[in-house]
Amino acid sequence: MAASTVTNAKCGRLEMLGETIRLAIQAIFRNALRSFLTVLGIVIGVGSVIAMVTVGQGSTQQVAADVQKLGTNIVIVVPGQDALRSGPNSTTASMFTLRINDILQQRIPDVVLSAPISQTRERVIFGTENRLTDIVGTDNRYFQAARWDLAAGRLFEPGEIASGRAVCVIGKTVHEKLFGSGDPVGAKIRIGALSCRIIGLLQSKGASTFGSDQDDFVIMPLATFQRRIAGNTDVQSLYVSIRDGASVEGAMVEITDVMRELRRIRTGEDDDFEVLDMKQFATMLTGITDILTGLLSAVAAVSLLVGGIGIMNIMLVSVTERTREIGIRLAIGARSHDVLMQFLVEAILLSLMGGVIGIVGGLLLAAAGTTWLSVPFSPSLGIVLASFAFAALIGIVFGYFPARRAARMDPIEALRHE
Amino acid sequence: MDDIPVIELKKISRIYGKGDIAVRALDGVDLRVDAGEFIAIMGPSGSGKSTAMNVIGCLDSPTSGRYRFMGYEVAGLSRDQRALLRRHYLGFIFQGYNLLPRASALHNVELPLIYMGQARAVRRKAALDALRKVGLEARAHHQPNELSGGQQQRVAIARALVGNPKVILADEPTGNLDTKSSVEIMDMLRGLNRDSGLTIVMVTHEQDMANYADRLIWMVDGRIDRDERKVRAA
Ligand SMILES: Nc1ncnc2c1ncn2[C@@H]1O[C@H](COP(=O)(O)OP(=O)(O)OP(=O)(O)O)[C@@H](O)[C@H]1O
Ligand SMILES: [Mg+2]
Repeated sequence: MAASTVTNAKCGRLEMLGETIRLAIQAIFRNALRSFLTVLGIVIGVGSVIAMVTVGQGSTQQVAADVQKLGTNIVIVVPGQDALRSGPNSTTASMFTLRINDILQQRIPDVVLSAPISQTRERVIFGTENRLTDIVGTDNRYFQAARWDLAAGRLFEPGEIASGRAVCVIGKTVHEKLFGSGDPVGAKIRIGALSCRIIGLLQSKGASTFGSDQDDFVIMPLATFQRRIAGNTDVQSLYVSIRDGASVEGAMVEITDVMRELRRIRTGEDDDFEVLDMKQFATMLTGITDILTGLLSAVAAVSLLVGGIGIMNIMLVSVTERTREIGIRLAIGARSHDVLMQFLVEAILLSLMGGVIGIVGGLLLAAAGTTWLSVPFSPSLGIVLASFAFAALIGIVFGYFPARRAARMDPIEALRHE
Repeated sequence: MDDIPVIELKKISRIYGKGDIAVRALDGVDLRVDAGEFIAIMGPSGSGKSTAMNVIGCLDSPTSGRYRFMGYEVAGLSRDQRALLRRHYLGFIFQGYNLLPRASALHNVELPLIYMGQARAVRRKAALDALRKVGLEARAHHQPNELSGGQQQRVAIARALVGNPKVILADEPTGNLDTKSSVEIMDMLRGLNRDSGLTIVMVTHEQDMANYADRLIWMVDGRIDRDERKVRAA
């Protein structure tokens, strides 16, 4: 009978665990402020991961939906990122030309057509009304590739394109802002120093892409834009339509090859341009994501590490403060394992508390962020559970060392501790 | 009736440190305690009384010698097995009470039962019973700092009793108490020994307290100097 009591220690394990958890919660809330400050790192770490992932998923969903709408057979060619970043002062060498655009269209059979595009933002004035909008220089190929239809008037005549006449086609938003419900066709609007006759009005595309209004623009012949607005012969991007049924990826490889040849890039040198399908292009537009993701990941990682160390530190303090208590428990019959569990559970609960606050905070942040970016807010259960599990893991990893220190104490010395 | 002694020390030595600074806290102690005995250990400061209690309580391991507790060869047990011996067979009473400071009297008394894995309702009842035995049922929800020294020591006794141990080890249980409280505590221990047949080993500096015991052991320099049995008056 006696022997079985000493060897069989597994009775009432659940009862003990419940008690251990109760005890840990008491210990945490006895020093509520200290506990909260301790888990702040975990809160920030988990919160930023949740916010980042949720907002990221929202914009990815939005982009996917937008791409579906735009059609999947569009490819966009833009100068290398360096040229883009340096903005209006970038060297003309890294920009494209109309000649490159036309050669691309001729040389590649899978390219139905390629539209040259240059654009800027400028204030447009009609009478007493005015609006800051996108001014786009291109030709009729763009309307075809991007599937714009006329609501009124006409598109450009070949002569207007060739000689760069001051005529333009406007989007629905510009129409409404400048003319209200009146007929704009035939009216003249001022764009900077240029007086421009409206010859056509586009049908609305309704939905916004990437949160922006698609109908908010004025389109004029490329030559007009280059001479009268930009003052150069640059083409900023190429809007390429791929033949239905052809492989978009294959066409992108061909475009890259031709572009490299036209821009005289030697083998081994990097491209000084980028060929993007709509999905990539959309990502580039919502593009802060890469930098932001990296930055937030770093913040999260550092916060979680700091949080973990904070927990280890506070648990070491707690173990020292409670040395005598540990001695009492050991004398009364707690095994090393019982004491280890007590402190480990406390560390885990502490970390989980941080995790839960972080999850709630992160979701609130994500809700605000997605609203601001007007992308869907659809938090995933997976990431919430993963954060929860990760918080527990941090508790285990950083709580183990202090808990082991407590478990290994000598009962006599612990009881003598003042 | 039980012919196995509860405590059996044979040539037990406990040496602290090594070489020139080595201290022989226990130096070849032989002691046999049978079930139901009430023993008082006396002796000058530093004579090894507390060290002996720690060895008996399976909190400390002797440097040499054999120690059998209820038939178990203690040297052959792991740290955790010794913890289980304490949990199930031993109750400790300390000079400084050693209650958990921020827990109620009730929770302090429940503590051993928690480690025994008893269900909440069961242990609550047992803890209240134990508190009633020491006359503190009304103070169940008070914390130690709201209790007098004597009351705290009674809570400690309830805690030592609650798990139905075979042996109570009390190291100077009245060392911090006034005479009145001391007498209360001793009456209580005396009663437990007489009524429940509990084996008690107690260290004390006061002859008055030692008189409550049936057997007096006098220690000097880590050895047992005298071992006297008293013929108990009815
Ligand atoms: N952890 C330790 N390290 C070194 N020496 C120790 C240790 N514990 C006790 N000693 C020594 O062992 C001897 C016996 O100590 P012990 O505490 O058993 O005495 P005691 O009889 O209980 O004395 P008191 O009546 O003052 O409580 C003393 O000389 C003491 O200094
Ligand atoms: Mg002592």
